[in-house]
Amino acid sequence: MNTLIKRMRLERVGWIFMRVSGVILIGLIFTHLTVNLMQDGGVKAIDFAFVAGKLADPFWQWFDVSMLWLALIHGTNGMRVVVDDYVTRPRLKKVLQTSLFVSATVLIILGTLVVFTLDPCPAGAPLSLLPSFCSAG
Amino acid sequence: MVDTVAREPRTVIRGTLYRGHEGMWSWVLHRITGVGMYFFLLVHVLDTATVRIDPELYNVVMEAYKTPIMGLGEAGLVAAIVFHAFNGLRIILVDMTRWAVRHQRALFYGVLVLWTVVMVAFLPRHLMHVFGA
Repeated sequence: MNTLIKRMRLERVGWIFMRVSGVILIGLIFTHLTVNLMQDGGVKAIDFAFVAGKLADPFWQWFDVSMLWLALIHGTNGMRVVVDDYVTRPRLKKVLQTSLFVSATVLIILGTLVVFTLDPCPAGAPLSLLPSFCSAG
Repeated sequence: MVDTVAREPRTVIRGTLYRGHEGMWSWVLHRITGVGMYFFLLVHVLDTATVRIDPELYNVVMEAYKTPIMGLGEAGLVAAIVFHAFNGLRIILVDMTRWAVRHQRALFYGVLVLWTVVMVAFLPRHLMHVFGA
């Protein structure tokens, strides 16, 4: 198939993705900000116990992973458009867009692994730093 | 006798939908807030990843977010997010409905009003957390 037509179809998919993911991200991020910055103590209350306590719950695992994937793809695609608009040197454009793609891929894999492999009660850590449901030994 | 009023030629171009007025400024702000949020997101995934390494390390990293300067930074970040969110909804409406195209200017002021409402609800509480006892 004509590469231009392929490219245009891909741009259309991107255009739809930005709108659909944008709407979902509003729900996810507004909730994230309410729970992490508004609820009791706000930013001052965020520590290992708080985060590990949340991520021990499958609901927050899937919530955070959805937010991670959607935000990174949405943000990276936005940056791709911005680079496309302002960078005219073809080689530099290629380098920047490749770096955008690589950083998004690395962070998506890293973040997903962190969310699903986090041990909320790591052995040897002081009990005072852990969520309240962790027990000694 | 019919009074004929000489009509002023209406040839003054007041910018297009996008250039020079609310349309342009909403676009500029959407870009600036988007790029800012992107770079914060990169850092935020990395700082959160330290939670997997060691509880003590994560707590030390998070202390950085609780300083007055970072507290103000978070206020700016939330301001950017809330604008980008409401203006994004405005963009979707303008894409989808003729009504919104006709009222895109009013919708931009609607975005600013909603932004103000959310910031008024958020800022005092956040600043109390950061600066309060």
